[in-house]
Amino acid sequence: MDAASTRSFALQDAIFARSTQFFAMLVLVTLLAILGSLVYGAWPTITQVGPKFLVDGAWDPVRSLFGGLAPLWGTIITATIAMIIAVPVSFGIAIFLTEMCPPVLKRPLGTAVELLAAIPSIIYGMWGLFVFAPLFGEYVQPALTATVGKLPIIGILFQGQPIGIGVLSAGIILSVMVIPFTASVMRDVFETTPAILKESAYGLGATTWEVMWNVVLPYTKTGVVGGVMLGLGRALGETMAVTFVIGNAYNISLKLFDPGNSIASSLANEFNEASDPLHLSALISLGLVLFLLTFCVLAASRWMLSSLAKREGKRT
Amino acid sequence: MIDAEQASGNARVNNPIYRRRVWLNRFNMAMSMATMAFGMIFLIWILITLFGKGFAAFGPQLFTQMTPPPGSDGGLANAIFGSVLMVGASVLIATPVGIMAGIYLAEVGRDNWIAKVTRFVNDILLSAPSIVIGLFVYSLIVFQVKHYSGWAGAVALAIIAVPVVVRTTENMLMLVPNSLREAAVALGAPTWKVVLKVTLKAVRGGVITGILLALARVSGETAPLLFTSLNNQFWSTDMNAPMANLPVVIFQFAMSPYEDWQRLAWAGALLITLTVLLLNILARTVFRQKTQ
Repeated sequence: MDAASTRSFALQDAIFARSTQFFAMLVLVTLLAILGSLVYGAWPTITQVGPKFLVDGAWDPVRSLFGGLAPLWGTIITATIAMIIAVPVSFGIAIFLTEMCPPVLKRPLGTAVELLAAIPSIIYGMWGLFVFAPLFGEYVQPALTATVGKLPIIGILFQGQPIGIGVLSAGIILSVMVIPFTASVMRDVFETTPAILKESAYGLGATTWEVMWNVVLPYTKTGVVGGVMLGLGRALGETMAVTFVIGNAYNISLKLFDPGNSIASSLANEFNEASDPLHLSALISLGLVLFLLTFCVLAASRWMLSSLAKREGKRT
Repeated sequence: MIDAEQASGNARVNNPIYRRRVWLNRFNMAMSMATMAFGMIFLIWILITLFGKGFAAFGPQLFTQMTPPPGSDGGLANAIFGSVLMVGASVLIATPVGIMAGIYLAEVGRDNWIAKVTRFVNDILLSAPSIVIGLFVYSLIVFQVKHYSGWAGAVALAIIAVPVVVRTTENMLMLVPNSLREAAVALGAPTWKVVLKVTLKAVRGGVITGILLALARVSGETAPLLFTSLNNQFWSTDMNAPMANLPVVIFQFAMSPYEDWQRLAWAGALLITLTVLLLNILARTVFRQKTQ
């Protein structure tokens, strides 16, 4: 090869490297731009309302009162309810898929779980509003109030108008939506356990449960927590599944049957109607809070999942 | 001999620790099966409702008539058309960006800091709340030009689609054995030729899978379109104006008190779900065929 063509190859490669790098940087810049535009949009609220925004529960656009605590509270409560239900259920499903499922069913059931994770969230929301909420309000809520609602301390959680729509319903719909995500991550993580570890435990006479609890879970715990955080990230930012059933009321209440609002649902309901600049800015501030919250959760989840992947890479 | 074995077996069964372990195992395995059933029941229930209510309103008029005012008959033609246009535009934007960025991560940058940070940021964007992306595009485009538009919707959807394409392209390229790259380099090919003509070609099935998955992902997205393309009651091919689209129409119609609107919403919901599921299944088959 002569020197001229080597030089032209070097130039071509430099152009290629730079142009692909440009697109990679575009992804990076997008994230920074999202953050920047949110901070810019939220600036009037940050200067006029200040940190009080996060602890003030009064939201009244008519009187120009903007405290973001109610939607923040709703976001955290609904996501917590969703995770309380989704974590054990996904764990059970993942155990079933990795250890108990007959081999014939393993692939179809695994695919079914993955396909269900792909169903658009608006479908869960519609189903929640038209099918789940009426039944829940008619049968389950009165029963809950009459039983656990009478207990001291936790009883207050299960009180309120049994209208089917509210914070608890939103949390349950959210959990149904999150279960396929978390279950398929947990299953993938469980599958990374080396067969030799499990076989050794079985060889010593351990039961299936003991193998899962004492061998597989300790081996994969960072990955499992990562999967749970990934589900939490989804639950915090989910819009449509929540907006349909949460009731759209600025409310800070321990009664889970009461209607409430999450950050995403207030944005979906109010953003297009907001005309006052401060109102618009307050809504963007809510978006900023949501973005920072999910960023932290997702970053933690990534970090945990990748540390598991690294260890797996080292061992095999 | 047999007696001894039986005796030891009996001793084991009568051992309280052994019995507790067996029962704990049985109980937990039963619970695991119950959770699988619990998950499946909810999800089958949702699908049955969707198919029941959706098919009741399904018909050719869905594809031929416009979205109606409350109280009269109509279809979803303008919404379907708008969705196809915006989703199509978004994937056309996202595909080259995603593939190029994926190539950088897998072939050029690999383990340098830009690649590491981009990989991390891409994973965050992959599950970032879509409503926040809607807010971003609102401030970036809608607020600047002072009107909602189909293009703004397409850009919002593209931002959601890019991370999916980046992720699959990178993962697929990582599967290419290094000997293939070395063979091409030994023949005197420059890096760009190695990547475009050898490695990328070797995994094109996987890359197509990524594009199909991105298509499936954005087809059902509602939240980012609320603040970007908004809605339009009429047939419109102007991407510079507010544009009807299925998810937002479904949202608006389902939340309305009118029964005929709600029926149309269910039909639209069924249409979207079928599209998304079909795209996912297609992506899986393409992946399985091309990577074997």
